[in-house]
Amino acid sequence: MRILRLIADRWRALVGRERVTGEIADELAHHEALLAETLERGGLSPDAARAEARRRVGNRALLQDRGYDVRGGGAAEALLQDLRYGLRGLRKQPLYTLVAVATLALGIGANTAIFSVASGVLLRPLPYANGDRLSMVWMDNRRIDLARDWHSYPAYEDYRTGNTTFEDMAAFNRRSWTITGQGEPTRIRGAHATASLFPVLGATAEIGRVFTREEDEGGAAVMVLSHGLWQRMFGGRPDVIGRTVTLSARPTEVIGVMPAGFAFPTPDTDLWVPTSVAPGARTNRGAIWLQVIGLRKPGVGVAQAQADLERVNRAILEANPNQQGYGVFVTSYYDEVVGPVRPAILALLGAVGLVLLIACTNVANLAMTRAATRDREFALRAAIGAGRGRLVRQLLTESVLLAVAGGVTGLALGAAGLQLLVAVAPPDLPRLAAIGIDGRVFAFTALLALATGLVFGVAPAWQTARTDPGAALKEGGRGASAGGRGFRRALVVAEVALAVMLLVGAGLMVRSLVRMQQVDLGLDTTGVLSARVALLGDRYQDEAPRVDFFARFVDRARAVPGVEAAAAVGSVFLSATPNSTNFAIEGRPDFAPDEAIEVPVDSLTPGYFDLMRVPLREGRAFDTRDTATSEPVAIVNASMARRFWPEGALGRRFKFGRLASGTPWMTIVGVAADTRRTGYEAAVRPEVYLPQSQGAEYSMQVLLRTTGDPAAMAPALRSLVRDLDPSVALQDLRPLDEERDAMLAQRRLNTRLFALFAVVAAALAAIGIYGVIAHGVAQRTRELGVRVALGATGRSLLGLVLREALGLVGIGLVLGLGGALAAGGAMRRLLYEVEPADPATLVAIALLTLAVAALAVAAPAIRALRVDPLHALRDG
Amino acid sequence: MAAGTNADQLHGTLDMLVLKVLQAGPQHGYGIAVRLQALSADVLSVEEGSLYPALYRMAQRGWIGSTWGVSENNRRARFYRLTPAGRRQLSAETESWRRLTGAVARVLETGSGLGSRPRDRR
Repeated sequence: MRILRLIADRWRALVGRERVTGEIADELAHHEALLAETLERGGLSPDAARAEARRRVGNRALLQDRGYDVRGGGAAEALLQDLRYGLRGLRKQPLYTLVAVATLALGIGANTAIFSVASGVLLRPLPYANGDRLSMVWMDNRRIDLARDWHSYPAYEDYRTGNTTFEDMAAFNRRSWTITGQGEPTRIRGAHATASLFPVLGATAEIGRVFTREEDEGGAAVMVLSHGLWQRMFGGRPDVIGRTVTLSARPTEVIGVMPAGFAFPTPDTDLWVPTSVAPGARTNRGAIWLQVIGLRKPGVGVAQAQADLERVNRAILEANPNQQGYGVFVTSYYDEVVGPVRPAILALLGAVGLVLLIACTNVANLAMTRAATRDREFALRAAIGAGRGRLVRQLLTESVLLAVAGGVTGLALGAAGLQLLVAVAPPDLPRLAAIGIDGRVFAFTALLALATGLVFGVAPAWQTARTDPGAALKEGGRGASAGGRGFRRALVVAEVALAVMLLVGAGLMVRSLVRMQQVDLGLDTTGVLSARVALLGDRYQDEAPRVDFFARFVDRARAVPGVEAAAAVGSVFLSATPNSTNFAIEGRPDFAPDEAIEVPVDSLTPGYFDLMRVPLREGRAFDTRDTATSEPVAIVNASMARRFWPEGALGRRFKFGRLASGTPWMTIVGVAADTRRTGYEAAVRPEVYLPQSQGAEYSMQVLLRTTGDPAAMAPALRSLVRDLDPSVALQDLRPLDEERDAMLAQRRLNTRLFALFAVVAAALAAIGIYGVIAHGVAQRTRELGVRVALGATGRSLLGLVLREALGLVGIGLVLGLGGALAAGGAMRRLLYEVEPADPATLVAIALLTLAVAALAVAAPAIRALRVDPLHALRDG
Repeated sequence: MAAGTNADQLHGTLDMLVLKVLQAGPQHGYGIAVRLQALSADVLSVEEGSLYPALYRMAQRGWIGSTWGVSENNRRARFYRLTPAGRRQLSAETESWRRLTGAVARVLETGSGLGSRPRDRR
């Protein structure tokens, strides 16, 4: 009943203040009239009676206001009043406000930045229609232990026509082309693609059209541009459609431009051409050169598609027994894109979440300290009629005010941090372009700020609600906060535990990074300048001119001052899916289909091993004796020699393909030390090197070892190539160190961010410890004074304070280490040759925590030492 | 002002007195003021500035209810009446008031010299 009346009253008050105050006015007028009548009966003149009555009833407006207030009409206005009062209070204590807002802004800002990344990378739908139904279809190549290998064209066709679970499939292959005749020769990254790629991705041309199946299969010389390339190279002119452009020496017609934002398979893909290549590429099951993507039918899951394609694969194996060892592996495209970074992003989200929790704890602590000093104020307000609910609401309002200020500052901080983050993020971070502050991030931050305000606001409000106003007034505003003391100590324990968890995580990641950086790649990239050179056109149709080009390049480069050595190689570092092939060994039967393995193959010029400082374990390097007409030779790496010729590899012969293949026998003339060419984490595979003179490629990575700064030699390298052939474009001209570091870039960034957050967390926790202990010492001044008066030594006082502080820290430390061990499993994917329970890390973090805690406690402890008993007893 | 004692000095007891007046039956604000004065033999005079906020506050707490009606001189007036909660409140406050005044009275009757020889009284 009462509730109903309350609601009715409030509702009436809110919808019409006029009406409520009108009723009150009526009532007062009635009172005044009756009073006047009575006075008149008592002998006053009518005028005098009315005047007296009006005087007695008094200030009607004020009465109305007070009536409005007690009748609950003020609910909305009370909020405004709370806000005003809160703002005034916060302004009056600028240091408190500043520290609280800064702490919250730090926590909220970090969350905003990392959530923006998570939102852009993990949450946003892929920028393709039906992106959630896209699947990568890989060849599960057990011959080279690659679950994600490419397909031959016939295999792609078999899967495409034989499946029942896909609407359609498309094949593609990333490549670079040189565009000439549009200013400087320019290398452009693009992709060969079947015509079905565009419908599979649900994309159509912005202007013009995409190519047809007939054009694809007929090898038509047509291309589709990205929006970006159209703008950059062709000025966004619509008449580009129909123009002929020289694409790697082949006149090619521009038939369409894709809309802005369309990019596949990588963000830097700028053109698409049909999959027309060398004759036989479409019929040869041994030519593995295509990646396959498919659009699953609605309602079909990845597992179902996998089962379907396995059925198709069994048919392929039945018809082609030599394909044993080649399976099929279906994944969701979304997982392909975000899978590699998801663990890191989730870990970082967890890290900033902990930072925010610590920030909340700190501010709650601050707010409780502040509330405690306001006990008397609150007691006074309670005594003059402010309800307990009203006081709690006041405190919560202040907390939310702080949180909103922290949220706004945090949003700005987060936006700035995000910009920085995107700027330093490795360019291969997937979906970099999708990262930004959008409505979702904004809503997240707003919610976070409000939740934060409530979380840290509840503690002081609860404390105040429990405070007995009478006690607060009696005890002079000191003892009333004793109840909050236990809670505050619990907060310290909690934040130490959270910080320790973060520190352990960061410690493990730093150790992983250090371990990885210490990994000897087996080759020395420092001081080496590198660029990719691609030869094209009729004049390089034959092998001889290609051999000649790179031989002359190496010769001329050696003569350049500042160049110590020069060489060319297919690729210094290998992609996950390197150019690789089957092979057969002389004097042994062919590998059984299920034992067959593939080895990566690379061509190189004499001098490569010297230049990269890769030692030869046995035999010799390639030299000028190895020519197109001399005996075919090869160098194998130590892994290959050990695995296939444990009795000694020198002089042994092997050939690519099978024994019956028409390929020539190659004699092993050298064994090179193993090098980690697939990056820091991949195992070393058996590898084969061929002399460039016997297997000349069109595109090679040229290398200069310089005596000075390699970057300074870039112009020299450019002019060397231009002098040899002005139509050749250079790509990726940069010090080789950069290529090596790029392999670590993501891990380095993750580690730095994690470490940064851990340091912030530790600093916040230290501030929290300091605050609680300092407050404790201040509150116990009288007690400490008594102890001194009774003869306590400085040492024993120090012990008193330290015991309390280190007790709290110790409990937090134990809990934190336990938490870190419990959460260690989640970290495992981010670690490299470090166990989640790495004892060295745990011990180091424990010592660090104690050291930081000791620092935080030092100042209050010293203050305790200086307590003057007289002073303390008098003022306490 | 009719007498020397101001209702404001009895802050808190006003609620109790108003409830007591209403125990006799529904009454409008002016009626309550008049009745209070009469019952206290003109010792207590209620200021309008205290009476109405007290009425609204008690309505808020559910001790009294109100309806618009017509007063004895045919004017539109708001009549207040005691609710069951108000009745309980009244008896509780009356009880504690009696205890308090009883205690005060005992002290006043026996307490001469109390301040100067506190230990003797143990």
